Amino acid sequence: MKASYALFNGLWRENPTFRLVLGMCPTLAVTNAAANGLSMGLATAFVLVGSNMMVAALKKVIPDEVRIPAYVIIIATFVTIADLALAAFFPEMYKVLGLFIPLIVVNCIILARAEAFAAKNTVFMSALDGLGMGLGFTWALTFLGIIREIIGMGSVFGINLFGEGFVSWIIFILPPGAFLTLGLILAFFNAMLSKKKKVQCS
Amino acid sequence: MGYGNLIVSSSPHIRSEETVQRIMLDVIIALLPATAASIYFFGMRALAITITSIVAAVAAEAVIQKIRNKPVTINDGSAVITGLLLALTLSPAMPLWMVAVGAVVAIGIGKQVYGGLGCNPFNPALVGRAFLIVSFPVHMTTWLSPVDGVTSATPLGMIKMEGIKTGYMELFIGNVGGSLGETSALLLILGGLYLIYRGIIDWRIPVFYLGTVAAMTMVLGHDPLFHLLAGGLMLGAFFMATDMVTTPITPVGRIVFGIGAGVLVVIIRLYGGYPEGVLFSILLMNIFTPIIDKFIRPRLYGEVKAK
Repeated sequence: MKASYALFNGLWRENPTFRLVLGMCPTLAVTNAAANGLSMGLATAFVLVGSNMMVAALKKVIPDEVRIPAYVIIIATFVTIADLALAAFFPEMYKVLGLFIPLIVVNCIILARAEAFAAKNTVFMSALDGLGMGLGFTWALTFLGIIREIIGMGSVFGINLFGEGFVSWIIFILPPGAFLTLGLILAFFNAMLSKKKKVQCS
Repeated sequence: MGYGNLIVSSSPHIRSEETVQRIMLDVIIALLPATAASIYFFGMRALAITITSIVAAVAAEAVIQKIRNKPVTINDGSAVITGLLLALTLSPAMPLWMVAVGAVVAIGIGKQVYGGLGCNPFNPALVGRAFLIVSFPVHMTTWLSPVDGVTSATPLGMIKMEGIKTGYMELFIGNVGGSLGETSALLLILGGLYLIYRGIIDWRIPVFYLGTVAAMTMVLGHDPLFHLLAGGLMLGAFFMATDMVTTPITPVGRIVFGIGAGVLVVIIRLYGGYPEGVLFSILLMNIFTPIIDKFIRPRLYGEVKAK
């Protein structure tokens, strides 16, 4: 396997959000603004790179029977680092993301990559895979956040776009807006892909 | 349609005159008096909102079906009804572009996403209205008085916030603030009776829906007649809770549906944050329709009750 494949796999072909539809909880919960999506994505990317490398390094040491608890402990270690670092250096963002930072530990992308990739590959390749998947998750969350923030508040990263006369569509910064936006984007991705593959419709 | 009276014999069958177009035409005829009254009470704005909503709904249906490479079925009139029903639930003060957004959401997300007519779990017009009330709560709750055209509260809003009650006669005729189509109980009942007479809707849903609201408000010490006449209850009971696609198919199931929706309306009106609960009561019961149909089934011919 080439290094570039491992890196770019998560960005597009197997994008965790738009192609694998993993990690829906943070995807739906924190993307009401672009900055929140970006921070959440980067925190997850950090954990992914760290846990992937650690799992790949320890894969010979960890007995098969207890590998899941071992992975969870490794992941939890990195989540705690991210949690404390965010609380110390970005207290404002930490208040917004709150509970969802500790919840990265149960994000299925991280466990899935540990189990499906890091446990079978070298430390270097696992780091690239973690980086690709993490950044794929980050851009997906930021993209969702940008769309929801523009329609829901008329701004991007807090910068006002339309001035006073804009009527915000409040539903887009509420939970239903997350489902609507994600659903429409997934539909768009699937439509693009099914056209490429020329799937026969009945 | 009353499936309770449906007897299927062996072939050959006689083709009935009843088509989707004919059913939709009947619903439009039944809604016309209430629509005309809204134009009479609220003037040209009501007409503009109604036309905008219908045009946007039909256009959305045509465009989406074209994109999905499906046959364009705007001639069956279902999109017209969705647009008309949505318009009747809106405030006359609503900006027209919001009306169009609501109609497009109603058809796009309420209906076509699920595969079009007959596949939607929720009443499309109510999905459109729910989207609008969550998105634009201020615009959706700014009402006009038909008397002088100034901003005023609805009868339900007045009794909830200030404890002022509106007279029965005004509520019955429709000379009160509110959505386009919900003000005149009289004309809505007339339209509903026409649909029952034509066999388009089942009497059980409106009767049990309205009956539950009346009984429950009476037991809880409120004025049942006021709660029957005020708000969107008549419009909802006759035209929205009776939608063939999104309600149970068995007679008993429809009774359950009507009672459930009635209980929800009273709970939302008396104890909830919104003054009106018809919209959410019907949407919530729409969710339960598949479960109701699963557990309440007509007995097959010759079937013996299991011991």
